[in-house]
Amino acid sequence: MDYAAQLSMVLPEIVLSVGGLALLMIAAWGGQAVSRLVSWVAVLVLIGAGIALTGPASSGGLAFDKLYSADLFGAYAKVLIFFAAAISIIIAPRFFARTSGEDLRPEYPILILFATAGMGMMVSANDLLTLYVGLELNSLASYVLASFMRRDVRSAEAGLKYFILGSLASGILLYGISLVYGFSGTTIFGDIATAYAGAEGAAKIGLLFGLVFMFAGFAFKMSAVPFHMWTPDVYEGAPTPVTTFFASAPKVAAVALAVRVAIEAMGPVTSDWRQIVVVAALASIVLGAVAAIGQTNIKRLLAYSSINNIGFALVGLAAGTVEGVAGVLTYLSIYVVMTLGSFLVVLQMRDANGQPVETIASLSGLSRTRPALAAALAIFMFSLAGIPPLFGFWAKFAVFEAATRAGMFPLAVFGIAASVIGAYYYLKIVKTMYFDAPAPEYGRETNPVEGGLIAAAALFVSPLGYLLIPVLGAWSLAAARTLF
Amino acid sequence: MSGILSLMLIVPLAAALICLFVNANQARWIALGATLVDLALGGVLWANFEIGGAQWQFVEYTPIFGRFAWALGIDGFALLLILLSVFLMPICIGASWEAITDRVQEYMAAFLITEVLMIGTFAAQDIFLFYVFFEAGLIPMFLIIGIWGGANRIYASYKFFLYTLLGSVLMLIAMMYMTITAGTTYIPDLMAYDFPAHVQTWLWLAFFASFAVKMPMWPVHTWLPDAHVQAPTAGSVILAGVLLKLGGYGFLRFSLPMFPEASAQLIWLVFGLSCIAVVVTSLIALVQNDMKKLIAYSSVAHMAIVTIGLFTFNRQGIEGAMMVMLGHGLVSGALFLCVGIIYDRLHTREIDRYGGLAINMPKYAVVFMLFTMASVGLPGTSNFVGELLALMGAYQVSTLVTLIATTGIILGAAYMLYLYRRVVFGDLVKDDVKAMPDLNRREMALLAPLAAVVLWMGVYPESFLAPMRNDVATLLARIDRAKPAGDSLPTPGNPAAAPEHKSAGHGEAAKGAAH
Repeated sequence: MDYAAQLSMVLPEIVLSVGGLALLMIAAWGGQAVSRLVSWVAVLVLIGAGIALTGPASSGGLAFDKLYSADLFGAYAKVLIFFAAAISIIIAPRFFARTSGEDLRPEYPILILFATAGMGMMVSANDLLTLYVGLELNSLASYVLASFMRRDVRSAEAGLKYFILGSLASGILLYGISLVYGFSGTTIFGDIATAYAGAEGAAKIGLLFGLVFMFAGFAFKMSAVPFHMWTPDVYEGAPTPVTTFFASAPKVAAVALAVRVAIEAMGPVTSDWRQIVVVAALASIVLGAVAAIGQTNIKRLLAYSSINNIGFALVGLAAGTVEGVAGVLTYLSIYVVMTLGSFLVVLQMRDANGQPVETIASLSGLSRTRPALAAALAIFMFSLAGIPPLFGFWAKFAVFEAATRAGMFPLAVFGIAASVIGAYYYLKIVKTMYFDAPAPEYGRETNPVEGGLIAAAALFVSPLGYLLIPVLGAWSLAAARTLF
Repeated sequence: MSGILSLMLIVPLAAALICLFVNANQARWIALGATLVDLALGGVLWANFEIGGAQWQFVEYTPIFGRFAWALGIDGFALLLILLSVFLMPICIGASWEAITDRVQEYMAAFLITEVLMIGTFAAQDIFLFYVFFEAGLIPMFLIIGIWGGANRIYASYKFFLYTLLGSVLMLIAMMYMTITAGTTYIPDLMAYDFPAHVQTWLWLAFFASFAVKMPMWPVHTWLPDAHVQAPTAGSVILAGVLLKLGGYGFLRFSLPMFPEASAQLIWLVFGLSCIAVVVTSLIALVQNDMKKLIAYSSVAHMAIVTIGLFTFNRQGIEGAMMVMLGHGLVSGALFLCVGIIYDRLHTREIDRYGGLAINMPKYAVVFMLFTMASVGLPGTSNFVGELLALMGAYQVSTLVTLIATTGIILGAAYMLYLYRRVVFGDLVKDDVKAMPDLNRREMALLAPLAAVVLWMGVYPESFLAPMRNDVATLLARIDRAKPAGDSLPTPGNPAAAPEHKSAGHGEAAKGAAH
């Protein structure tokens, strides 16, 4: 295959890398003054990368000696990732401008672009090394982003914690990769699957160990229990736009990566990894729900909520079928919108001086002081809890139906029963906003862009979203089919 | 007439959205107007419902959701319950006219949304559409109890929400399994699909988890007294009047026709829990000091009669259960209104704070007496017809169950009359009670239609039995194969003497039962 055709398959990543490097040069000479310009250009770069997905990048097949897979599954995940990244850039300038000490620096959008390029590689990886390089590119950019507010102690702590634990997880993953490579003699997913299918005796045990370590690494990246410990601290400490980014794009990338490895490289041993996924799913659902109950900080609460949601997404993976993978993709699509919407509301939580407020108590009586904002957050909360007729119900429906179809009744029954625990803390937010006496009012500063985004997200999650089911379902299914 | 059901959903929904953007008084009038329009549409529905016609009428089918469809259609059961909902709704709005002064717009919007969801639940013909409507009802009720409720409203709202949610999610898994196995989400098709008997048991239990909580059946009834006591008056009316009927409707629509073998196999569970409920909750009601709690416990006892009637597998039982549901919807709604009326004047629900109301509130005493008697099941009122039919049906299956369930009627008379004596009779000694004015025109206008329909149902139940007659026959034909053997041993008797005896002894009820 000629190189032009192969390069056209990785066009989105090329757009992101070249765009990021060019902007880096502009930032180096332009300094602080060009921050906003760089931000807007970075959004354009992301849009350009999204447009590039329509070409061979979503249909080309394998490229570079099977290192890279340009298929619909990867393209689906990339649409979500690019979208979440663009939102994270759009909401940043206003946040940093109002926060004491630090203004927005042009490195912020550039780091997001690099992280996004890394995630693009992750979800399209067809080789363990592509996987690892993409994951590290994403992680390194993320560590810096977490500590982006240099003078803020919590932000620095978040960055350090993320770095140390992230490195540990990368090490575990790399160890798993080396075991798999050692016992199968290849790093290409398709060939690994062949090795798993034919393994006997010691090789089988070695490959099994590799599988366990690799899934441990993935669980860390997607913050599934028991590798979730970093999540609340990092989410709380990182600047809110960065937390928004962490809660959306890298989650999609990590889950999509795990799905691809599980199906393409380890498909023959589904029953082996299924046990891990089932335990991680149920543990995430339960712990994410129980631990969230006592939280007083909204960002920590949303961190546990993200752990909880990953558990539900894993229910779809545990099914291990086409419908299951389609369910995961549907889940992620709706989850990204709900999460972005929730964090956009958190960004509006500012006291009279414009300083960010993060306590749940400050939301008291919001339905009286800012009825529209309270209604939007209530919609996101009921949706995250999975209560019909909001669209979050459909996300849960998709994964649980896949699990039921695969005959995994205990998983489905326990998982959905545990979702009731989760409903409690989402209700707590609604209760604070609607039942409690009003707290001091937030600063009355509104931004048409953010207000519009919140409204759009709320409309998507509202019952009107159900009209999208035929489209969303068909795309998810088509994307999932490419893995099988 | 196709499209009328969608119209009945759109009218209150649009009104709810408009309510959010107008002032308090406009919101009241818009809500009243919308609910009256829906009542009129309900009348049109009833007038055009062809008795003896197709099983499903006013059918709409638009597959716009991909995996499931916007499928609406009603049979006789659904028609009657929709009529009950649209009838109670304007009364609820009227009951909140002066009692609710805070956040009126949101309150009216929440009620109108509740109406949409209730009508949707009864009219849905797609199993997942049903689930969406069924579950979504939690959100407005959660807000109604939590925002406008009494002192302990937050605890009550959580308990209501989480209790009913836990019951329902298990049903969702069962629904998924059923649709995957049967390959359809269309309820009429599922009602004709035969699931293997051993699977039926599990599916039945999953549905039971949901409906038993909604019903509510002992021992999962404990959310009800809390929710009722804390909810505003109109919230209690809707809870007792319509939301409690969702459980019975679910048994009728899903458990019986879809899992006949399991229903017969687990009949002991239903009868056992119902018998305990009748006796235990009646005794609990007897010792209450809080008027609303007393009526809430009496609801549990009445609903137990409903479940007994539904699972008798015969015509009298099922028709009786439906009549109890309708009658209880009206009577308990009216009783909550009666409590609300004196609560608005004295701001306490404690029975001992009242006494002697017959002296200074004679109109109130008469109306309250009528509904007390209806709740007891006095002949000539709606509940008598239903309870008698249900117990006659039960007698054919189990004499013991009937014996225990009948004590509920005696105990019901005891606690209701005891309540009435303490509130209305006695000496008028307390100064603040003396100062209470009698019913005003608005309150009379709320209670008069309820009283009229209660008497109508008691005197001429045929109007309400006719629409469901064919549906009961269809249901019986479906479940007849699993019918349990009864322990009562009817003898042929003397055929010539029987009609005479019937018309002399039972009058009204025998007429209803003879059909």
